[in-house]
Amino acid sequence: MTGLYIVGVVLVLALAFGGYRRRTDGRVRGPRPVASDRTQEARLDARSLGAGLGSRATFVQFSSSVCAPCRATHRLLSEFTSAANLGADAPRLAHIDIDAETRLDLVREFGVTRTPTVLVLDPGGAVRQRIVGAPRKPDIEEALQRLAA
Amino acid sequence: MSPTSSAALAGTHDVIDPRGPRFGAVVTSAVLAAALILGPGWGLPLLAVQLLAFAAGALLGVRYQPYGWLFRKLVRPRIGPPTEFEDARPPRFAQAVGLTFAAVGLVGLLAGADAVFYGAIGVALLAALLNALFDFCLGCELYLLGRRVLGAQADQSGPRP
Repeated sequence: MTGLYIVGVVLVLALAFGGYRRRTDGRVRGPRPVASDRTQEARLDARSLGAGLGSRATFVQFSSSVCAPCRATHRLLSEFTSAANLGADAPRLAHIDIDAETRLDLVREFGVTRTPTVLVLDPGGAVRQRIVGAPRKPDIEEALQRLAA
Repeated sequence: MSPTSSAALAGTHDVIDPRGPRFGAVVTSAVLAAALILGPGWGLPLLAVQLLAFAAGALLGVRYQPYGWLFRKLVRPRIGPPTEFEDARPPRFAQAVGLTFAAVGLVGLLAGADAVFYGAIGVALLAALLNALFDFCLGCELYLLGRRVLGAQADQSGPRP
């Protein structure tokens, strides 16, 4: 009987947790305070990222090799940036995909707990939004709208 | 050390039909649930089978996972070729996590610690069910946390590029 009871509890847990994640994954959230330095605004620049920022927004994506949804997220953000930058002199949107393993300093600083996590930066490099889990197209559109507002 | 456009995810690695691991998760869920319901006595052979399946997937590679073989032989001919392929590393990581919990459960069972058996196999079933029902990515959740803990010392050194 013990085993049957455990199977039942685990099934309920799986449905509850999986359902919760399905609803919240990929949603745009406001920033949360940086662990290391709470008085300063969370900020990233081209130097620490190793790549230039976009004049409108920059997506900083944290990925890992054991993460399947990271590839879909990479594709989606690449499509957005190449569409936005078409015919522009300087990139309006930038997409920087970071292998999280190689930048554990940033992972810690920004409290990244799982991949994919996307930080949305304004033109000045301030972290304005955070997207945890794979976003869909409307989520990215919402992030850009909120940034412009 | 520098940010990559996609180097972390580039396609130089093994790729597989993503429906294979999903099918495997369904079989795994059924086997683990049956092992739990049968309990430490009759559950032993089922747990042993599942442990060997996890070991093949984790140590040899996902293409040697027996449930993946079943999928290729029995299921794929009926549903046709895949529309896209996926990196084999995420499911292989999940197999390694499954192997760890199955091994803990087996040791508990053999040592007569039934609570360890029920606890470890319950957690393994939770992961398998999430994968089967929601296509849940276990590596996405655990890998970075593990790296953050393990890399605690190494992390303090590296200067920024």
